[in-house]
Amino acid sequence: MTLGKTLWVIILIKLFIMFFILKVFFFRDELRVYDNEQEKQQHIIHELTLEKR
Amino acid sequence: MFLTTLTDLSRLQFALTAMFHWIFVPLTIGLGFIIAIMETYYVRSGKDFWKRTVKFWMNVFAVNFAIGIATGIILEFQFGTNWSNYAWFVGDIFGAPLAIEGIIAFFMESTFFAIMFFGWNKVSKNAHLTSTWLVALGTAISAYWILVANAWMQYPAGMEFNPDTARNEMVNFWAVATSPVAVNKFLHTILNAFVLGAVVVVGISAWYLKKKREEEFSRKSIKIAAIFGLVSILLLIYTGDGSAYHVAQKQPMKLAAMEGLYDGQNGTQLVAIGILNNKKFKALRDNDSLGFELEKPYVFQISVPKALSLLGYRDVNAFVPGINDIIKGGYKYKDSTGNYVTAQSLEEKILSGRIAINALASYNKAKNAGDEDGASASKKDLQENFKNFGYGYLKESKDIVPNVPLVFYSFRIMVLLGGYFLLFFILTLWLEQKEKIGRCKWYQNLAIISIPLVYICSQAGWIVAEVGRQPWTIQDLLPVQASVSGVSSSAVLTTVILFFVLFSVLLTAEISILLKVIKKGPASN
Repeated sequence: MTLGKTLWVIILIKLFIMFFILKVFFFRDELRVYDNEQEKQQHIIHELTLEKR
Repeated sequence: MFLTTLTDLSRLQFALTAMFHWIFVPLTIGLGFIIAIMETYYVRSGKDFWKRTVKFWMNVFAVNFAIGIATGIILEFQFGTNWSNYAWFVGDIFGAPLAIEGIIAFFMESTFFAIMFFGWNKVSKNAHLTSTWLVALGTAISAYWILVANAWMQYPAGMEFNPDTARNEMVNFWAVATSPVAVNKFLHTILNAFVLGAVVVVGISAWYLKKKREEEFSRKSIKIAAIFGLVSILLLIYTGDGSAYHVAQKQPMKLAAMEGLYDGQNGTQLVAIGILNNKKFKALRDNDSLGFELEKPYVFQISVPKALSLLGYRDVNAFVPGINDIIKGGYKYKDSTGNYVTAQSLEEKILSGRIAINALASYNKAKNAGDEDGASASKKDLQENFKNFGYGYLKESKDIVPNVPLVFYSFRIMVLLGGYFLLFFILTLWLEQKEKIGRCKWYQNLAIISIPLVYICSQAGWIVAEVGRQPWTIQDLLPVQASVSGVSSSAVLTTVILFFVLFSVLLTAEISILLKVIKKGPASN
């Protein structure tokens, strides 16, 4: 395989792992469960002002 | 036990990704500029020798670019999942530079990268050369915006905290984009990348000389890279001085950790070489106040008198606060407005930070209940104490002290290797001038060994910058423990293991493909 083809294969495999495995299964947005900005704000304010912190 | 908390694991995950990403970035930046200089020689001279030389280094560039591309995106995944409190809190301050980086720099790089690699026989020589320079400039512009975001975390400027949204909002774009910390950080980092690229070119070329192959190619590559490297390292040392100055002014605890300085004084010495007494740091971590008091900071040290005061404050008699001074407060320092003020103690800052956090909670409660007077009073408390917001999450002295031995030794590794590379480039040019470089075996071996050393130097610099600023993700405003999301530790551990495997595979692929390209040599072009 030529250098160019080898590099394209590596790029495609890497991007597949990053976007279709890591992002989908391991790196979901923590705030996705909230429907709107208001709920996200309340969640963050709650997190930042937690007693246990 | 080591690394059992969610914060520790999240930090390990981020550090692993950032360090891996930084293996590729500096070579892309440094080599990009060296290739552009070589191609300029080609266009000016019209000699095929230079075209062949450029094509070989472009192959090395391509391998590094292909393996490294998008590894930085994993860091952005982590912001949303593992650091969601932080990601929300920084708001558009972080988003704007990253967006500019993505839209302008990345697209500019990608577009002209295609012409640079596939356009040799499709565009004119000048158009190709322009593309190569634009790829190099694109990598630098990318780096600038990323470093603006990083510098803001070390020195927050140009923003206001909005308690309604719990976000920092940008009020002055230029204060963020051109903060002195950002500009100096960019120059220091990019010059580091230039030095790294130059050392890699010299090292690979020296390998050919050792194998008695490609003498003209190697000597001309060495000459260009060594001149480029020498100019870069001189400027790098100059910007390093600027970094130390900014750290002294804006992050005194980091400076104290870099020097292992526990008790400050007027006219403070700079430790050139030293061994720390780890019992002192351990006593601090174990809350053993008697042991901490009794232990000396160094086992051994050779120092330059008054040099730290001079470097940090441009005054040989200036007071440099140590770790104890920063904890106890009471010393005078110049604030951002240029006035001398008395430093608050850690205890006072923690109290002030707790007032700010409670004020945020009560403001939110009052606002939701429609209590305007209550909201207004809480907002006033929050604004008055916001500069200490992050201290409210800390509990004791040790919480504010970074890992002193790691920062101290990393700083010395960086500085000693930086000094070594200055001598290395001078030696390289001298041997080349005397036409001894092709026969000098020990030099050729030294140049090859210098390749891993320059990576160690570069990584050590980032350890100083990032470990030295602990516990802060945003200086004084948000510590790491308040920045992490409430995800499970096991999920983070799983990704740490996954990353370790993925990164090991990618690094192995990079090294093995690069070795094949180098073994084939420029003759294959």
